[in-house]
Amino acid sequence: MQSVNTKEADNDWTTVIDSIESRYLPDVRGVWRYRDLVALLVRRDSVASYKQTLLGPLWFVIQPLMTTIVFTIVFGRIASLPTDGLSPFLFYFGGVLCWQYFAANVNRTSDTLSANASIYSKVYFPRLVTPVSTVISNLIVFGIQFAVFVVVVCVFMFRGAPVRPSIFVILLPVLLLQVSACGIGVGLTISTLTTRYRDLNFMLGYALQLWMYTTPIVYPLSQVPEKWLWLIYLNPMTAAVQTFRYLLLGSGAPSISMIVYSAVVSTLVLGLGLALFTRVERTFMDTI
Amino acid sequence: MSRVIISAESLTKTYRLGVINHDTLRGEIRSWWARKRGLPDPTLKIGNSPSPRSRPTFNALEDITFDVKPGETVGFIGKNGAGKSTLLKILSRVAAPNKGRVRIRGRVSSLLEVGTGFHPELTGRENVYLNGAILGMTKDEIRRKFDEIVAFAEIAEFIDTPVKRYSSGMYIRLAFAVAAHLEPEILIVDEVLAVGDYEFQRKCLGKMKDVRTEGRTVLFVSHNMTAVNNLCVRSILLEKGKIVADGLSADVTRTYLGMSSTRTQSHWQFADPSDGRKRAYIREAFILDADNGSREAYELTQDLQIGLRYRLPEPIRGLTVGLQILSEENNETLISLTDSELDQSRLETREAGDYVAHIRVPARILNTGTYSLRVGLSRGRQEVFHVVEGLNFRIIDSVGIVMFIGFERKGSLLSLQLPWKVEKEPRLTAYPDAEAV
Repeated sequence: MQSVNTKEADNDWTTVIDSIESRYLPDVRGVWRYRDLVALLVRRDSVASYKQTLLGPLWFVIQPLMTTIVFTIVFGRIASLPTDGLSPFLFYFGGVLCWQYFAANVNRTSDTLSANASIYSKVYFPRLVTPVSTVISNLIVFGIQFAVFVVVVCVFMFRGAPVRPSIFVILLPVLLLQVSACGIGVGLTISTLTTRYRDLNFMLGYALQLWMYTTPIVYPLSQVPEKWLWLIYLNPMTAAVQTFRYLLLGSGAPSISMIVYSAVVSTLVLGLGLALFTRVERTFMDTI
Repeated sequence: MSRVIISAESLTKTYRLGVINHDTLRGEIRSWWARKRGLPDPTLKIGNSPSPRSRPTFNALEDITFDVKPGETVGFIGKNGAGKSTLLKILSRVAAPNKGRVRIRGRVSSLLEVGTGFHPELTGRENVYLNGAILGMTKDEIRRKFDEIVAFAEIAEFIDTPVKRYSSGMYIRLAFAVAAHLEPEILIVDEVLAVGDYEFQRKCLGKMKDVRTEGRTVLFVSHNMTAVNNLCVRSILLEKGKIVADGLSADVTRTYLGMSSTRTQSHWQFADPSDGRKRAYIREAFILDADNGSREAYELTQDLQIGLRYRLPEPIRGLTVGLQILSEENNETLISLTDSELDQSRLETREAGDYVAHIRVPARILNTGTYSLRVGLSRGRQEVFHVVEGLNFRIIDSVGIVMFIGFERKGSLLSLQLPWKVEKEPRLTAYPDAEAV
């Protein structure tokens, strides 16, 4: 009877602040309660990032286009790397688009804790709100880029290029979910580690570049020498990029085992990132 | 209804002292590799203990338990480092306790959040929504109060201008307006953080009174015993992380004043901040007599020098050094100065380095008694870098100009000696009007 009473009394407290040791699960309900804040942060990120620029939101499109053009010239024309029978421009564009979405998620969630330290030191809101809003604004940017990509693909198809989008293209949202999960997972893990080791900030740029080159973006999977294949397969982003190209351009179908492996790794990475973040978000104000 | 609104149970907050961690991954790997091979850690300084677990710890709060009822206004008092700020951080959920828990009914808001999350590129309108949401309001709530907020801030015509073009006064008004319309069930007011800005301090106190008359709960942290006595029925006194008194404000403030007035000093040194993130910090404060000597107490009949040494790790623009002399008895501010008041050029960029700033208080201004000093470094009205307070010093009169007149102590705060001009009137009837009556 006694215990029932205390439980009832517990329920009508609006806030219970527990000690550091007693919290393990990420505060997903809190993020939902603060969904208005998520929306406003997304708005802030997208509005503030192109204020006082000449071209405004056009930059979102120019970035992947420039990279694609550079890749087309350097790897396609000069190095003459094969592209699975696809037009090099489309091949690189597809890979770059998928990769840049992933890299943006890693990059921009990786400084969640250090970049927001001054806000976090003054006011409480579920800390997960910040990375969630980051991913949503990245998704919006991706959406704009993707629309341009679709237009480009249509133009190529109209001119008779051998492009056959797969029927499974309806599963694209699932793929995006997986790429986002992997990106946030890596980003949050780095974010919690950088509160202790600042050097990771400097390493991140190089690490991402290296990671990109172990992902089949500037070369097709079919051209990878046998002895390096294991390394490429180990990379969860291999299957993601490969699937993305297959769904939209119809080349280089990935195997089911690759897709499953990639999904499992992404989920684990997300879990690791969330677990570390939940732990550190409550203590890092004491150490930073 | 006597249900408690805040229930804190045996809160403990522990900080580790000394080096918190190796700052680089390389250091961590080296010490890990050394431990692995059973060698002494090469990154340890001599004298440091080898295991991180056995490093000295410091309890900022120790076993704090208290309840607050709805509608109560509770003052939290204590010296610097007594744990007041840590307690507030836990209540506003910025820091997590190591032990114990707090349960709260309703929304907590502290006025130290003013302007949090303001983005310079966004307009006033956008920032009101963003800031409101950060403070925990929903979009609908903000929409309903929007007009009221803008009216309160008096910036209606600039509401669609990016806030980076605002003057600092407009900026703080808008930020304060948002915070003031949050209508929390529990309001935390930390007077310490509002140092140097009277306008803002007054607004905070005004807001507090409003909230109180609406029957909501206020937690008030202050060094101003008069304010605590006036505003709070109940006070809690903290010392070294523990509650040493909890009861009627009149009793608790008396206990506190009895504690602090016994010690006076003339030189104080402060540890450099360990995190290295402070933009400016005070390293020393001192009081000297006219001949640069330090004393236990200072002569009423001699000039007095008050100074501080501070360090700027990086160049900074717009820095002001503020100094206040408060009377010890009722903590009223007697003198308040900033170093840029008479010389605006001080607001220009100051190079990184160590600085010393001092003033000379002419003799016979401060009457005999104990005074308390408060010094701070800030920029504009929003950014307070470092505040040091509760530095007590004593003025005595051993020459006896006051004694000479036959009183123990003049019944005034100041001992100003203004020259009298005495002349004999030429005629006896000095008041022609008076005759007419």
